[in-house]
Amino acid sequence: MTVEKAATAAAANMAPLPSAAPAAPDARPHITVRGLSKRFGATVVYDKFDLDIPRGRFVSVFGPNGCGKSTLINIIAGLLPADEGEILFDGKTLRQTNFGYVFQNYREALFPWLRSIDNIRYPLKFFNLSKAEQRNRVDRLVEHLGVKIDLNRYPYQLSGGQQQLISIMRSLVIEPEVLFLDEPFSALDYEMTLFMRDQLQAVFLETGTTMVFVSHDLEEAIYLADDVLLLSRGPARIADYVTVRNPRPRTAETLSDSDFVQVKAHCLDVFQRLVRGS
Amino acid sequence: MNAIRRRLGHLTPLIGVIGLLIVWQIAVWFEVVDPVLLPSPADTFIAVWNGMTGGRLWIDFLRTVERTSLSIAYAAAIAIPLGTLLGSSTAVYRSVEFVVDFFRSTPASALFPLFLVIFGVGDNTKIMVAAFGASLVILFNVAYGVMNARKTRLLAAKVMGASKMRVLTDVMLFESMPQTFIGLRNGVSLALVIVIVAEMFIGSVDGLGYSVLDSQMLFEMPDMYAAIFVAGALGYGFNLLFLVIEKRFVHWSGH
Repeated sequence: MTVEKAATAAAANMAPLPSAAPAAPDARPHITVRGLSKRFGATVVYDKFDLDIPRGRFVSVFGPNGCGKSTLINIIAGLLPADEGEILFDGKTLRQTNFGYVFQNYREALFPWLRSIDNIRYPLKFFNLSKAEQRNRVDRLVEHLGVKIDLNRYPYQLSGGQQQLISIMRSLVIEPEVLFLDEPFSALDYEMTLFMRDQLQAVFLETGTTMVFVSHDLEEAIYLADDVLLLSRGPARIADYVTVRNPRPRTAETLSDSDFVQVKAHCLDVFQRLVRGS
Repeated sequence: MNAIRRRLGHLTPLIGVIGLLIVWQIAVWFEVVDPVLLPSPADTFIAVWNGMTGGRLWIDFLRTVERTSLSIAYAAAIAIPLGTLLGSSTAVYRSVEFVVDFFRSTPASALFPLFLVIFGVGDNTKIMVAAFGASLVILFNVAYGVMNARKTRLLAAKVMGASKMRVLTDVMLFESMPQTFIGLRNGVSLALVIVIVAEMFIGSVDGLGYSVLDSQMLFEMPDMYAAIFVAGALGYGFNLLFLVIEKRFVHWSGH
């Protein structure tokens, strides 16, 4: 009940997709995590963990295996309960917040019994919108992103990358304030991954949505990020918070840019110390 | 060349049928079995033809179709919603699992006397016993289908704001669909078995089961074989029908 009510309230406030590039990031943090604790059995993953994520930024989360990258965004997005701690979105709770989540396993996250277009439209069911408005929303999103997929096909008739794109569109159609992405490209082949990175960057430039992106690929994490959050292992701490200053849109040349290479070397250094240290 | 081979490929299943007919015909020629007990394929075919075009067999066939269809309809109407509800909580299903498995393993024919007491000597008894047997098979399959629903898909719906009820109707119901159809196919086979047996022994005046037994008692062997073959065709037809519905309806299965 409360979810639907909150969703309705959020729908009323929903602004049309901004077409300009993201404005200068708000000084106030968008997501604040305070005193987060989480354990799985005897393993302490988070102990009194604090984090601020700024508004309108693309934040990549990176760290050694098993440091709790996915656990962090799953707790923030409400997929996992926290043992302790408070998470607020600009002072609001998760239920009052309009957010999207993109799963790693697009095959299991999409609904194969619905056509792609109906998959994208599905979350709008929980907002107080007429059928015409729903269709309008989807059409606008498709036009905005310049997507050239036959959306009348079922997801299983599309390639992996196309399916993940549908999955991303499904999370964007509600015009979320925050988008969580849990290793969204790790099930794709390399060619598709490169293409999807640029698609995601374009979405970010178009919408300016705050994005929290988990990746196991350092280069990808940096390439997409405004900020890279480096986590240490058990219990997780913020090992470093690195700002990436390369201008957007970034391209293949960015990868060999000296600033980029420097940031990457620094992150790799921190990462290797983390791995050796534990 | 390939086209021809492909076309011939469709005919492969006929080899067994033709083989059976040849063996049967040879058995008749050489009188391997008493000719009274084993009529020729031609005589049997004539009995099927005459029976199904304006004869008694057609009416018996329709009665059995009606009883089996009703019982599977009742079974599905009860077992699909109930199985979805039970399966949506593993703890709840575990608590009733033994009871379901016990009655699923109980030969439905052992329940005839009980159902006779409850529903009397009418059509209802036959339909209800068959519905009971089929519903447990369907229930068990639906519940397992729901329990094995992809966790990611349930989470995806939840994260988009779906309530528990919406997750049930929007995701779990569809997720369990392939397994539900397995249950329906097994259920309809079982229902047909129960209906045929019931027609033989529980005060019947029509139906394929009655027809088989009646022809046997009158020693009308071609008619008896005819009724058996029609019953077989009916079972095969039901299975095929559900397969076709499944293919159309559960188009995503196997992808």
